[in-house]
Amino acid sequence: MSILPEPSMQQRAARIERFTRALEAVQGEVWPVSADTWPQRLLDYAAQQGIGTLLFAPETHHGRYFLDVAQHTPIQCLPYLDPIEAWKETLFSDVDAALTGCHGAIAESGTLILTPDATEPRLMSLVPERHIVLLDADQIHDTLSDAVAAADWPQPLPTNLLLISGPSKSADIEQTLAYGVHGPKQLLVLLLL
Amino acid sequence: MSPTPFQQRITRALNNRRAAGNIRRAMLGLMEKRQRAFPDAAALAALRERAASIRREAVAHLPQRLQQLQQQCEANGIQVHWAADAAAANTLICQILQEQGVERVVKGKSMVSEEIGLNSALAAAGIEAVESDLGEYILQLADEPPAHIVAPAVHKDRAEVAALFQQLPHPPADDAIETLTATARAQLRDTFRRAGAGISGVNFMIAETGTLCLIENEGNGRMSTTVPPIHIAITGIEKVIERFADLPTLLALLPRSATGQPITTYVNLIQGPRRAGELDGPQQLHLVLLDQGRSQIAADPALRDTLRCIRCGACMNHCPVYQRLGGQAYGSTYPGPIGTVFEPQQQGLASRGEWLTACTLCGACGEVCPVKIPLPQLINRLRFEAVRPVGSVDSALRGVGSQRRWREALLWRLWAAVASHPRYWRWLLALLHRGRRFTPTHIAPWSDCRQLRRPAAINLRHHIAAVTTNQRRS
Repeated sequence: MSILPEPSMQQRAARIERFTRALEAVQGEVWPVSADTWPQRLLDYAAQQGIGTLLFAPETHHGRYFLDVAQHTPIQCLPYLDPIEAWKETLFSDVDAALTGCHGAIAESGTLILTPDATEPRLMSLVPERHIVLLDADQIHDTLSDAVAAADWPQPLPTNLLLISGPSKSADIEQTLAYGVHGPKQLLVLLLL
Repeated sequence: MSPTPFQQRITRALNNRRAAGNIRRAMLGLMEKRQRAFPDAAALAALRERAASIRREAVAHLPQRLQQLQQQCEANGIQVHWAADAAAANTLICQILQEQGVERVVKGKSMVSEEIGLNSALAAAGIEAVESDLGEYILQLADEPPAHIVAPAVHKDRAEVAALFQQLPHPPADDAIETLTATARAQLRDTFRRAGAGISGVNFMIAETGTLCLIENEGNGRMSTTVPPIHIAITGIEKVIERFADLPTLLALLPRSATGQPITTYVNLIQGPRRAGELDGPQQLHLVLLDQGRSQIAADPALRDTLRCIRCGACMNHCPVYQRLGGQAYGSTYPGPIGTVFEPQQQGLASRGEWLTACTLCGACGEVCPVKIPLPQLINRLRFEAVRPVGSVDSALRGVGSQRRWREALLWRLWAAVASHPRYWRWLLALLHRGRRFTPTHIAPWSDCRQLRRPAAINLRHHIAAVTTNQRRS
């Protein structure tokens, strides 16, 4: 048996490295985490950022898992349960962050692939100031072409298939980048190794 | 001869040193960013070839693709509307909004909505429309048209934006770009929340899946298309592509060509309105497909290349004329090289033919176009169309021959006769040479910005003859 990692493992490491560098170049943050410690890492982040209310998807596995850990902490976990019309104002003014999963990522451009659906709706990744995404390191493709060729998203396509590369930004004034325009000001990826 | 409105706008643009400086700086920056985004020339060439063939194919089979698109969109629950021209599109959109009792709409960036003058149509119908793209928001406050198709407020610097923002309820404390951006964010959050409908453009429509693809950095596009209960997307019929698998190629080129970014922050692929059981997204999604001269352009096998355009703006960023004038000097929606090709076909050569003469035929636009539109060749072709004898050809183009001036035509004819007969040519040279003392110093308007040349004392032909004889002797 060789002491060198297998080629597929090398490729995986290179993809993770490439993804991280590309996302960091557009002000995204990537934290490597493990399957059992990530809720605690997220709680640390929430405390550090002063996050009071965090929106989560109660029907998802990661949503339930986080709630288990977080329910005895000062952070208020808000489940996305009702149609947006019923609580638009709350979402726009009282939610500090949202936690979602994702469908994979693209290493080349530091892009997350999201397929929001009835259990994890699309406004979670848009309205709150901070978006925290759980990404499985095994689901990173090299390029968008690879992801499209693999077509590993739900069929028929979801109502809204999203590619997200960093927090929102604009260069409309003097071609100078400013982050946090209308979408999230921060994007944190919890990378499950 | 008094200056035309276009010439007057050019003079004004050249005299506005501040805006001209802002534009030139921005364009030089964008050119450099694009260059850095494509480090591998061979890879770029291959990518452009693929993108060109994707767009060429789509435009060549426009009716079939649109039919397929309509079917798929309708299967996805998108309501598809066709608008023959601007007036029809405006009526349609106002009708949809009025039927639903919508009084306030929020808009994502859309050049087609500029093209049809949607904002004034909405205002006339008593519907308030707020632009949410930062650049467009700035211009709405300034009551100005966009100066660039991708970076609409490119001619304004931060101090000007800060001054404009003073009219807001919570004006910015300083003119730092972060402060200005935060001001717009705070201002527009309520607008997104309260809008009865969102109106957006579309970057690509995918026929086989009935997908609307919108790309952006700010998130205002996603807000406009996701938060309000109704989403109306408006775009030109040429934005269709056949396959979902075509998307990576076009997405690799569009943001890199536009701003040097490998990808925009958001690529939003919309497959329809909110489905049963979903908790957000619009309940109604309307797609308004605008013709407005496009099917006529598609009918000409050469001119149809115009419709390949993916609106990245690279041609104007690299255009020496646009760089010095900015978009507002052109006086219509699409400036720069693509506008110089598209607008005369859409609006007619009589009103836009003059734009063609503002081109230097340097060819830079054709070299950077991600879908390889032969812009210089098309400009040349349209120049010919503009000065053809009226009625000499059957053409769907409006205004053929409208730029023809009899004196100019006569001069060219004489020139052609002389230049194609060596004997006449020599006679002309001899004549000019003998009369060199009488060469005029001013021939307006040519000499207004150029120095007139006097023929040399020694004629080149004689000079060469003398040199060769000398060489032979020695």
